Amino acid sequence: MAFYRPPAWQKPVALAALAAACALPFVLEAIDQAFYIGFATRLLIFALAATSLNLVLGFGGMVSLGHAAFFGIGAYVAAICQQAGINEALLVFPAAMAVAGLFALAVGAVSLRTRGVYFIMITLAFAQMVYYLFISARAWGGDDGLPLAGRMTLAGFSLAGDNSLFFASLAALTATMLLFGRLAQARFGRTLQAIRENETRMEALGYPVFRYRLAAFALGGAVAGLAGALLANLTGLASPNLLQWMQSGTLLVMVIIGGVGSLWGGVVGAALLLGLEEVLAGLTEHWHIVLGLLLLGVVLFAPRGIATLFGRRDG
Amino acid sequence: MADALLEVRGLSRRFAAVDALKEVNFSVAAGEVHALIGPNGAGKTTFIHHVSGALRPDSGSVHFAGHDVTGLSMHERVRAGMARSYQITNVFSGLCARDNVALAVQGRADAGSSFRFWRPVAAETTLLAEADSWLAQVGLADKADTVAGSLSHGEQRALELAMALATKPQLLLLDEPMAGTGPEESARMVELIENLARHVTILLVEHDMDAVFRLADRISVLVNGRMICTGTPDEVRSDPGVRRAYLGDHL
Amino acid sequence: MTQLILEQALNGLQFGLMLFLLAAGLTLVFGIMDCINLAHGSLYMVGAYFVAAATQAADSFWIGLAVGVAGAALVGLLLEVSLFRRLYRRDHLSQVLATFALILIANEAVRAIWGPAAIMLNPPEALAGPVEFSLLGDAFFYPAYRLVIIAVGLTVAALLYLLVAKSRVGMWVRAGAANREMTEALGVNVRALFTAVFVFGAALCALAGGLLGPLLAVQVGMGESVLILAFVVIIIGGIGSIRGALVGSLVVGTVDTLGRALLPTLLRATLPADAAATLGPALASILIYLLMAGILFFKPQGLFPARA
Repeated sequence: MAFYRPPAWQKPVALAALAAACALPFVLEAIDQAFYIGFATRLLIFALAATSLNLVLGFGGMVSLGHAAFFGIGAYVAAICQQAGINEALLVFPAAMAVAGLFALAVGAVSLRTRGVYFIMITLAFAQMVYYLFISARAWGGDDGLPLAGRMTLAGFSLAGDNSLFFASLAALTATMLLFGRLAQARFGRTLQAIRENETRMEALGYPVFRYRLAAFALGGAVAGLAGALLANLTGLASPNLLQWMQSGTLLVMVIIGGVGSLWGGVVGAALLLGLEEVLAGLTEHWHIVLGLLLLGVVLFAPRGIATLFGRRDG
Repeated sequence: MADALLEVRGLSRRFAAVDALKEVNFSVAAGEVHALIGPNGAGKTTFIHHVSGALRPDSGSVHFAGHDVTGLSMHERVRAGMARSYQITNVFSGLCARDNVALAVQGRADAGSSFRFWRPVAAETTLLAEADSWLAQVGLADKADTVAGSLSHGEQRALELAMALATKPQLLLLDEPMAGTGPEESARMVELIENLARHVTILLVEHDMDAVFRLADRISVLVNGRMICTGTPDEVRSDPGVRRAYLGDHL
Repeated sequence: MTQLILEQALNGLQFGLMLFLLAAGLTLVFGIMDCINLAHGSLYMVGAYFVAAATQAADSFWIGLAVGVAGAALVGLLLEVSLFRRLYRRDHLSQVLATFALILIANEAVRAIWGPAAIMLNPPEALAGPVEFSLLGDAFFYPAYRLVIIAVGLTVAALLYLLVAKSRVGMWVRAGAANREMTEALGVNVRALFTAVFVFGAALCALAGGLLGPLLAVQVGMGESVLILAFVVIIIGGIGSIRGALVGSLVVGTVDTLGRALLPTLLRATLPADAAATLGPALASILIYLLMAGILFFKPQGLFPARA
């Protein structure tokens, strides 16, 4: 294990990627494939959600199978806010983050007293509990979910246009990656990585390990909430399916195939999985089987994920 | 005891049907080097675990600097001034020596919070300089950039020590610091501990009797979970109970 | 009212015993092989489908049950030998990924073969009707089939208890759950033991799936919801403990069933109608999780942890 340090090529590549992303909607419009802007936005949102899980899993070492709960809560907060007449994203998005973060704090406070298999199953159970809560809440749409009447406004600018929401999502992801990158090299990031490596040793050095883990868990939850609020705007619906544990599994899969503990693991994984789905769905009706087999292949032959195949120095 | 830095009263612990520790009374005076010896399986490491907070006793109490710390977690006791090194080397083998010690420095209460999210630690020159000075103290100044896993066994033991020291403890718990080291490295470790003893109280668990008799102000003997003797090296050497326990081998 | 409560209590017992069949296999796989198996619910689903198909082919429920369970056990064997064996030494994350992939494959394969709609599985003719009891002078009716399920569940629980607590194999299993390395060091053929445990777990799953088939829908994805409950059972009961799985499943089964039946009524009697209407079903469905959180608060390792 080594502390995360950005490789020299990261900055130029990241800037190039950002530039390409900024140009993307216009390119797509030019080649008459504007339809894909929605897909690209979806990709950005899931990259954000997966990255938030990467903080918890990759850096914090916590295998959480309940992360979708925070994702879904963010979506519901957005829908509920709109239902209550609040349509300004600058108010709604922080609210989504706060609610999701607080819930993550509560779940983490109970779950982080356990380890290993127990922790995995407990996070799973709590997420499922949230799912059942929302589907039985008729005031919030129950089984069908809570629809949004339209997209919100961001500082007055409407997000109704495909491009607007795309850039809002891109901004959120960029800001998160920036913060994440700094955090990983700062004291908090080092502490997390060291705890992941050897918890007892850190306790013996005077670190209140529980507190750091909980902070990472809550932060991950909050960012997932932001992704959820963005997704609600994109799809126009806060669906209870977002809260299902299969959704947690999907996020986990994204992080794993993208490269656990690599800064870009969430982004790469989301791109790979969503891209694969798109391609495979066009080829065969039973693409889930192909996807499943591919995932099995990854587990058996590229255990540390795709991103790490590109030569990340790791212990 | 009047100025006991560490005091253990009536400590007992059972594992399944075995009495690992039975009614252990023990104290370490401020400023002394107190060695804990005993045959293998006597419960020495278990005892250290109870003092450091890794384990909780079934009955009895642990007092440190006048406070009852029995209910405190391990990290709380470290914050109170207790540090330990491990019998089996427990450093971060993938990190360089400096980063290992830096973690120890960073964890100290007076080094500021670790809930910092922006400034890279690599830019914290004061922190890293302090880490270097601790490494120098244990003789690893020129190995600061070496990955801990590539250090020799003796150097890793020294690194363990540096990490414990960097927490600036009042009481240092050394669990077999000379375990597995050759004669040269052992000698260096003994010298190191001698120097440290000048400003830190030390509780030393060791099998190396030469080192023990050279370093210790007082020695306690633990056999089968019971403390059978405490006294100066000469007193312990001549105690019949101790001789029996060791079958005269080491003494 | 007593009729309702008794009926629901028996339903809870029946549900709990079926949960036990699932949880027993799961807790052993976790406890002994330290392997997370998210696809355990898929084995339950596959079992139900096999039983349904075999029942239709043989035109007999009992033959269908036997053949279906055997078939699912075979699938379990193939899976263990080809995939799970490689997963035991891997980290939990890899196990999650692999078994998640299995769920995708299983669900889609089942959908491809049998279609997305639920398929028919009927209980045997002889058990289709209710059985009459005399309860405190009144007549009490309870479906014969459900009584049989309870009987089968109790029998399996008893057999499992005998096997684990009294037999040599059971001793190995308990030793393996408590300390894998030691058991290996003692010369037990751990590889064969693992395979046997896995296949046995698969058979139990299939049995539960086949028995519950007539009561619940046999369709794609049926395994996922029941898998979560099995997880909750294990968390409550303690990983690696059969006793814990039994206690846990009975607790979960009865609390869930009685809760769903009685809680809305209870709330309607004490709260204004509006609040009760929303709170009732919501609370009933999350009751199990609240219970789990409560138990965990005092006993983070469950009620009967097998490992020290």
